Amino acid sequence: MSEREYVPKSKAGKWFNDRLPLLSLGAHLSDYPTPKNLNYWWTFGGILTFCLITQIVTGIVLAMHYVAHADLAFESVEKIMRDVNYGWLIRYIHSNGASMFFLAVYIHIFRSLFFGSFKSPRELIWIIGMLIYILMMAAAFMGYVLPWGQMSFWGATVITNLFSAIPLVGESVVTWLWGGYSVDNPTLTRFFSLHYLIPFLILGLVVLHIWALHIPGNNNPIGIDIKKPSKDTVPFHPYITVKDIFALLMFMIIFAGFVFFSPNVLGHADNYIPANPLVTPAHIVPEWYLLPFYAILRSVPDKLGGVILMFGALFVLIILPWLDTSKVRSAAFRPMYRQFFWIFVVDVLALGYLGAMPAEGVYLFLARVATTYYFLHFIVVLPALGFFEKTDPLPVSISEPVLTGGFNAVPTRSDKIINEKK
Amino acid sequence: MKKNSFIKLLVTILITTFFFGKAYSSSKNLLKIDWSFAGLTGKFERDSLQRGYQVYKEVCSSCHSMKYLSYRNLGQKGGPEFTLEEVKAIAASYDVEDGPNSEGEMYERPGRPSDHFVNPYPNDNAAIAANGGAYPPDMSVLAKARTGGANYIYSILMGYEEKPTGFVLDEGVYYNKYMDGNKIKMMSPLSDNLIEYTDGTNATQAQMAKDVTTFLTWAAEPHLEARHRTGTKVIIYLIILATLVYFSMKKIWSGVNTEK
Repeated sequence: MSEREYVPKSKAGKWFNDRLPLLSLGAHLSDYPTPKNLNYWWTFGGILTFCLITQIVTGIVLAMHYVAHADLAFESVEKIMRDVNYGWLIRYIHSNGASMFFLAVYIHIFRSLFFGSFKSPRELIWIIGMLIYILMMAAAFMGYVLPWGQMSFWGATVITNLFSAIPLVGESVVTWLWGGYSVDNPTLTRFFSLHYLIPFLILGLVVLHIWALHIPGNNNPIGIDIKKPSKDTVPFHPYITVKDIFALLMFMIIFAGFVFFSPNVLGHADNYIPANPLVTPAHIVPEWYLLPFYAILRSVPDKLGGVILMFGALFVLIILPWLDTSKVRSAAFRPMYRQFFWIFVVDVLALGYLGAMPAEGVYLFLARVATTYYFLHFIVVLPALGFFEKTDPLPVSISEPVLTGGFNAVPTRSDKIINEKK
Repeated sequence: MKKNSFIKLLVTILITTFFFGKAYSSSKNLLKIDWSFAGLTGKFERDSLQRGYQVYKEVCSSCHSMKYLSYRNLGQKGGPEFTLEEVKAIAASYDVEDGPNSEGEMYERPGRPSDHFVNPYPNDNAAIAANGGAYPPDMSVLAKARTGGANYIYSILMGYEEKPTGFVLDEGVYYNKYMDGNKIKMMSPLSDNLIEYTDGTNATQAQMAKDVTTFLTWAAEPHLEARHRTGTKVIIYLIILATLVYFSMKKIWSGVNTEK
């Protein structure tokens, strides 16, 4: 992979590198040729790495003080908030960090959708990314259960009950998941164990995600293949590192705004009421980042059908590289896809809103429309666009924004698009 | 294209925040007060916290526990900040069950600052039984456990009215404008001059409601002042650092032609 053979200067460095080429790896990461036209939507990979590390570090500290027991969990969280030195800060970073993590991952995913980063030869990067996303949802859901408040308890009850929809073995599976006949202490302790495990699985997948990225290299806003290294690329360090750090600092300002000035706005007030199996909250809603899937789940009158559709919503994402038949990656050159992309964004946001509303009347109707469109987008629109859409001419390279003929060519529409991009 | 898509994104974000805001905000219009602890640099009013504790002690604490608080918290920085002597005196005014002693007997002793607030009932069932079947919620995190927070608590305390004609209420149930379903099992706890403030403040119902709400907000979020202070510093630091990084970035990228 390394563009030039790296030889450590010091003797010790050479000795070490011959046995374990960590220094070569460092040199590769530093030299890694990156398209020079990456915009700020490309900084979210770095931001997500920061989010993962932040969650792991704060989570390890919280686990030192947290007590995973149905009778003590709520109290131990209050102890963290009141008596542990800066416990309030660590917990608020962790709880808001989950929301920030999802905010960043959604931007990252939609960036990939817009610029076609998931397409050949980057399908595996996309699929690994989707696995990370699914694990994130599992980790976040289990993490929300740990404080053992009302929403923790009832959220866990609703979600685990979904598995009872499986024919024949459903009830047994749910009992097995709970470790008993209702959500109780055994459920809490296993959720805690898994909540601690999953982030490290995610970390492993992130390594694969980046490894798979470094084989073809980054996609870029105009979505064309570029020569690497060339005048179209810059070395990762210092060009991309400094830009990533700047974007990360902007992100951290928003993050800090939530942590210090409205740490509970993204949570639900009911989760400050200790879990009570005898009192059901008026509305059981998951955290905001799971709402679109919750809306899809509830839009089907049949339980099994709802569960299948919800998992189907993830499945179409996983097989997306084969659903989108267009050879052109970037939406910048796909006038029709560009419109459908934004319709899809609005559709997902609408699903999120409807997931927070009671599943009745006009909300239920709209949720069904939005769910139908979600699947239409993947199963009909994307495959069809590849055949019907007339794409704009592509430039040959980032530096030469014209289809053919280098600098002497007549400006085309793609020229205009690239100029607007600047 | 980039600018255009950015505007579209901004518009969608604004629309969704509006709808989500509507989705989450309570359907009732709560009474709103200009709380001293709201806002980026909000702080508690020390006098109000001390008066609020007096209201809790003399009125609420006969039914409502605050089991996550200790008497020492009353002297902590950012709280009511009673002096150590006052905290000791407050703690000592309660009898706390301790033990078992060397003979294996439980015994009562005067409270110490390290003791948790004494619970008015031996257990939750006793609390329910003594209150006509309704559990008086623990007040330690109450201000965070209700949508609307401080405004909600204040509204409930001020929301008792004569029931509208035709509205059916059972025995021991009261009409409250801001309660879900307008039915509440707690009778109006505050009335003018119910208590006599030690600092001589006129104990109107509104004054007591405001003070005790301030106290409960502090109880739910005892590090609020430190959080606001630290947050201001953190954000200023991040802005300065981001500015420096921005100019470093401009310098580093100055040699790269990104125009074509």
